Amino acid sequence: MAGSREIRTKISSVKNTQKITRAMEMVAASKMRKAQDRMKKARPYGEKIRNVAAHMSGANTEYRHPFLIERDTVKRIGIIIVTSDKGLCGGLNTNVLRRVVGAMKAWEAEGEQIEVSCIGNKGLGFMSRINANVISHVVGLGDTPDMESLIGSVKVVLDGYTEDRFDRVYIFYNRFINTMKQEPVMEQLLPLSDERMQDEDQESNKPSAAWDYIYEPEAKPVIDDIMVRYVEALIYQALTENMASEQSARMVAMKAASDNASTVIDELTLIYNKSRQAAITKELSEIVGGAAAV
Amino acid sequence: MGTIFHLDIVSPEESIYSGPVEFMVAPALMGEVGIYPRHTPMLTKIKSGMVRIKAQLKEEELIYVSGGMLEVQPDIVTILADTAVRSHDLDEAKAIEAKQAAEEALKNRESDLDYARAQAELIEATAQLAAIEKLRKRGH
Repeated sequence: MAGSREIRTKISSVKNTQKITRAMEMVAASKMRKAQDRMKKARPYGEKIRNVAAHMSGANTEYRHPFLIERDTVKRIGIIIVTSDKGLCGGLNTNVLRRVVGAMKAWEAEGEQIEVSCIGNKGLGFMSRINANVISHVVGLGDTPDMESLIGSVKVVLDGYTEDRFDRVYIFYNRFINTMKQEPVMEQLLPLSDERMQDEDQESNKPSAAWDYIYEPEAKPVIDDIMVRYVEALIYQALTENMASEQSARMVAMKAASDNASTVIDELTLIYNKSRQAAITKELSEIVGGAAAV
Repeated sequence: MGTIFHLDIVSPEESIYSGPVEFMVAPALMGEVGIYPRHTPMLTKIKSGMVRIKAQLKEEELIYVSGGMLEVQPDIVTILADTAVRSHDLDEAKAIEAKQAAEEALKNRESDLDYARAQAELIEATAQLAAIEKLRKRGH
């Protein structure tokens, strides 16, 4: 019987694939929980530093940081793209990169220059394929991202801003909404928009105007440090959100793959049974036909 | 109020301490500072070292921080702790390293591209094989 053996090997190969996808689904599920934890743990720092920054913008500081000053002409744009290092996570990276390409096209049409910093392998690969100007990148962050590995490549972008090589900096990443839903977002990182700080202002009771901190040792280095940390915290938060999104997207994708494998197996089993029965029927009718002939 | 203030110690990776305290000592850049409630607003860098915390009805607690920022408001004190050891030179070195890595990646674009192309071709080939198999099945 011709087809049946082939169908059987096909079934077993699909079963093997299903085992892998199911294992990956479970791994992603457990990693997802940890990634979500990490995302939640990173939040207090972000909130606190935002409060401090809000206090500072309310205070009567003698020194205004360049990150807070809006520039009139926008000629050059720096973008930070957060993607995952690994694939097999559905349309996660594609969605965010599509968003990036759309924005880049619009900026290019306005004659603006774009430089890119990539966090994550997938974004880097894509950006070098489309010949974008990549100025820094971090890859291979693993499952536990730490601030330390981000510092270098973030500094390249921040320095670019303070040295007037960029007039604006944007960040792209996947915002984690829930396990089933992640949303690619574009946010303006620099100059720091006022509305972002105002959000928190309502929570913290805003002190009355015309007061200032005591700075030790001096205002400028302290404010510089706070601002850099603030931006780093925002980027770190984007990274943890993206990682949580990655794991849940992978879990969903792998679950879909396992389910698809089941349907394929069911179909193939049906075909196999049919062909087996057809063979038996054929054999029987041959025997009956042969007996009748005799 | 007046005898206690709220203290938060947070690092980018987690929240380390949060609660009401009576008195604390932090290793500020210019020397140790002790803070009681209703301190004047102050913003300073801190060095790596021990933060000493005295909460009400509790033993003194010691927490290690590897540098960061200290913000003092009359009844809220926040320590933004760094997780990494940082200094201007170290940051600079890291930035240069990151830049070089990017340049290197640009130089090796060819090889990356080849790899990407190979991957794309592989995906296409598998898709074609699958299609052929399906067609064959229909035919039979």
